[in-house]
Parts: sequence; structure tokens; C-alpha cells
Amino acid sequence: MKLYGKFFMIYLKSQMQYKTSFILMVIGNMITSFTAFLAVYFLFTQINQVEGFTFSEILICFSAVLMAFAVAECFARGFDQFPSMISNGEFDRTLVRPRNEIFLVLASKLDFKRVGRFIQSVIMLIYAVITCGIFWSIDKIITLALMILCGSIVFAGLFLVYASFTFFTVEGLEFMNILTDGGREFGKYPYSVYGEEILKFLTFVVPLALVQYYPLLYLLDRTDKKLYMFLPLVGVLFIIPCYGFWRFGLRHYKSTGS
Amino acid sequence: MIRVSGLNKTFRVSRRKAGFGNALRAFIRREYNSVQALRDVSFNIHAGEMVGYIGPNGAGKSTTIKILCGILTPDSGECEVNGLTPWRDRRRHVRDIGVVFGQRSQLWWDVPVIDSFELLKDIYRLDTASYKRTLDELTGLLGLSELLETPTRSLSLGQRMRCEIAASLIHRPKILFLDEPTIGLDAVSKIAVREFIKKQNREFGTTVILTTHDMQDIEALAQRILLIGRGRILLDGSLRELKKRFSGLKTITVEYEGSRPVPCQGMKLIKDSEGQASFSIDTDFVSISQAISHISGTAEIRDLSVEGAKAEDMVVELYKEYRI
Repeated sequence: MKLYGKFFMIYLKSQMQYKTSFILMVIGNMITSFTAFLAVYFLFTQINQVEGFTFSEILICFSAVLMAFAVAECFARGFDQFPSMISNGEFDRTLVRPRNEIFLVLASKLDFKRVGRFIQSVIMLIYAVITCGIFWSIDKIITLALMILCGSIVFAGLFLVYASFTFFTVEGLEFMNILTDGGREFGKYPYSVYGEEILKFLTFVVPLALVQYYPLLYLLDRTDKKLYMFLPLVGVLFIIPCYGFWRFGLRHYKSTGS
Repeated sequence: MIRVSGLNKTFRVSRRKAGFGNALRAFIRREYNSVQALRDVSFNIHAGEMVGYIGPNGAGKSTTIKILCGILTPDSGECEVNGLTPWRDRRRHVRDIGVVFGQRSQLWWDVPVIDSFELLKDIYRLDTASYKRTLDELTGLLGLSELLETPTRSLSLGQRMRCEIAASLIHRPKILFLDEPTIGLDAVSKIAVREFIKKQNREFGTTVILTTHDMQDIEALAQRILLIGRGRILLDGSLRELKKRFSGLKTITVEYEGSRPVPCQGMKLIKDSEGQASFSIDTDFVSISQAISHISGTAEIRDLSVEGAKAEDMVVELYKEYRI
């Protein structure tokens, strides 16, 4: 963690080297976060009910997913730049350091822009928690916390899979965005609204529903099953095959000629 | 120190012809060529050796180095460095090696060099006292004191290379891999870098493995040469042996007045301009003294010099001999 801080300081110093650009970036980010928030707000003033879920119920669902995504993005979005790290040889350099390669990749690819989205989702979440009308007992708080925490781990797993594909090909990786950014966008509504097939896929293959739909039911008192509250913990297991895939890719890493 | 036996590595390279139609075809079905980068590569390197690893472009030099550094996993074969298999115990293994990729920087571009060093200190978990000691030492030897506060992007190539080498040695590795360390440097910087590497080897017993196309590097640094071509180790021997092997080839250069000296049997004229002529001599046919007395008998000589084979020429000969 201390090393992560050091990387952050280096990043900060690099950015400060270009003063004007740094200031403009901070201002720009603040504006984007704010407009994004407004967009979400206006969207929801138009909607009253979807598939039996009320506006405030959907709001808590959306803000939890958004929050989970923002946390994952804060730490793991550096994988977006992984293809370029491979092609410019930076990853070779990473591999000759005596530290975990995933940690080094993420720590060396920090980006302020993600903080803007993080703040935006915190505001959304606070707003949703206050207005949703749920009575926040201890187990409800734990459920929400699990949804966010485990959700971010599942999203991080997806980012990791995205990066692992780069070991084999650098083309056609956009389809992964359906799961990452798509998971967030579709996650605005409980995954059940997309039909049973999709829900099954999101339960057993990519366990996004385990961190969204099922615990949400418990949160909204639609089910009595205490099990649903802990399903996010099962979803976390998703990270294991993701990591396995990464290790598999790493063994087949080809590097670039030089 | 380093034991390599029977390494094989094959790459699959996608292939397609130029043109839009072919691009479209490749989109649907891709054709692959396999390129065997390494075939049954074996060698041993002892602690404290300085080895020059040479061969033409694409011969498999970088692939070997990357396997030794734990970056690539070979298809088959064994490799042991300091008792560890690089690709299996990567994280433990890389603690004891330093790597300089001549063409790629390891320093953070926009921050002063010292910040990069501080970060490396944390990455390698060095304690402050020994880090300070090593840094002071390297700063003195490489003349970095004025460069440490400068952002990497403002350094000249020679300055940057000195900082790169310092960065690779900050954790006191037992083995140093240098991939074209003097590429693009001016004569003064080249000599400085070579001197430093030599000193590092002598004083700390650091094992040095050097890939380069610069034969002066080899002549100055390598006691031993490994020649690789088309993925195979073709030659493994000391520079001295190699020189002996080519000692049959000498060059005599003379400055003459009046008419050009006439070569005798076993001599061949290779250059003649403005009163200066060079002859190659095959000492199997004619001895040096015979050759000299022959030329001095046929023309008025003002100056004369005899040279043995240069590393440059030897390598050209080797490449020709092995057809690589």
C-alpha cells in the first residue's frame, strides 16, 4: 500500500510538470462529473416504474452498481492501457521487477479522471440511501456493503479478463466492453428485466446478478431468504478463474521484437 | 551461475498479403507462420564472467535474454539461474538481476531521476542505509550528481544511459543483462559506459551478459563470445581463441612513393588510394617478414603497419561461414 502511494506521488508530480494542463484537467473533471450527475437525475425524473420496480428502488440498484463500478475503475481501470504497455515493451520492464505484475501494472497506470466518477457515484449513493425509504437495519447495511464491495471485485475480474485477452490478440477486444461498461449501463435496472436467459447468464457465467439482482431482492424485502444477502460473496469467486486466465495468458506472453 | 540446456521457443506469426481483399480474407481465416526463434540452445555461464552474445538481427538474442529474465516461457528446455528457474520463480529470480534495454527507458519520463530511484528503492524493498551507499557510489562513478534533479525527458541520450545503468544496479544484482547498452551514444559516452561496466565486473564480480552489434563493445568487454544464428548457438569460445582462429588473416598497410608495390603470392591488394595501399596476407602461404621484404624490394616505402583481424571483420567472416 505504501508503494501504491509512492506511485501515486510520481503520477502527481508528472502531472504537475504541465501546470496548465493539470489545472484544466481538474476543472474539466469536475464539470464532467457534475453534468453526468445531472443527466442521471433528469433521466430518472422521466421514469416512474419498470417491471414492478419503483423509481426509488431502481435508484438504489443503480447507485450500488455505479458505486461498485467506480471502485473497480479507481483501482483496476489501468488495464485499459495494458495493450499499449505490451506493444511498447513497458510490460517487459514490469516483469523484471520483484513484485506482483498485476499490482505494478495498475499502480503505474493511475488516472485522475476516475476520481471524478468516484465522487459522482458517492453523491448518487448518498442521495439514493436517503430517499429510497428502506429501513437501514444492520443486515441491510451489510447487504449493501457486500453488493458494492463484491461488485467491484467482479468488475475488476472483468477488467482482468479484458487485459488477459491482450496476451493472445490485440484486435477485437471491444466485445469485452459489453460486459464491463455494459454491465454498468444495464445494471441501472435489476438484471431480471432483461429476461430469464440473460439473468441465468449473469448468474452462472459472469456473476453480475449475484452482486446486484439477488441481494437487491433482499434489500427491498422481496424475499425472506437470508442466503440472498450473502450471494455477493459467492460472486467474488469469479476472480479465481479470471486470475487463472491471466496466469495462462502470461505463460503465453510473446513480448515484442527488439 | 547460469545453466541453460535444450531451450526451444516457437512463435506463431500471423501472415497476410498486402491489399484490402487479403485483409478481409485474413479477417475471416487467418494464416499463421511458425517461426522457431530458439532451437536446442544450451550454454553455461559462470559467476563473474563477461559474455558477449552476438548474432544478426532476428537470430534469437532477445528471446534468449527474455527467457533468462523470466519474461518469456520457453516451449521446452531447462534453465537455471542462481538455482532458480526464471519463469517459474520469476519474482524471486529478478531480485538478483539487473536489466538494461538500450532502446527503452525504465525511468519515469516526467519526474527528476532521483524520484525514479526512490521508487525503485521501494519496489526492491531496499533499506535506506544500503540504498544511500549504493546511490552515492553510483553517482560518483557515473558522474550523476548534476543529473539527479533533472527530469528524465530533459537528459541527453548519453546522460540518460548512465542513469539507466545506475537504475539497473541500485539493488546490487549479481547478474547484469545489457541489451545494446551503447546504441546511439557518442564516442566519449561509449567509453565511459564500457569503463564503468568493466569496473563493476572487476570490483563486485557482477556477471555481465551483453548483446550488441557494436564490435568495439565486444572487444572492450567480452572475454567470451556466444554466437547465435537462426536460433542455434553456433559458436561458444573466448575472444582470444577466436582471434587465433582468424590470426591467419593480417593486413599490411603501406605508404609508398612512386610506383605501387607489387604483391607476391599469398598477398592480395584490397585498397589503393593516394599513395596508400593495403594488402591482405594469408600467413599460411607467406610470412609477415617475407611479405614485408618483398614489398620493400618492389617500391619505395615511407611508412608501414601490420594489423591482425579486427572483431568487426571476424564477425563478418563468421556470419559468412555459417551463412546467417
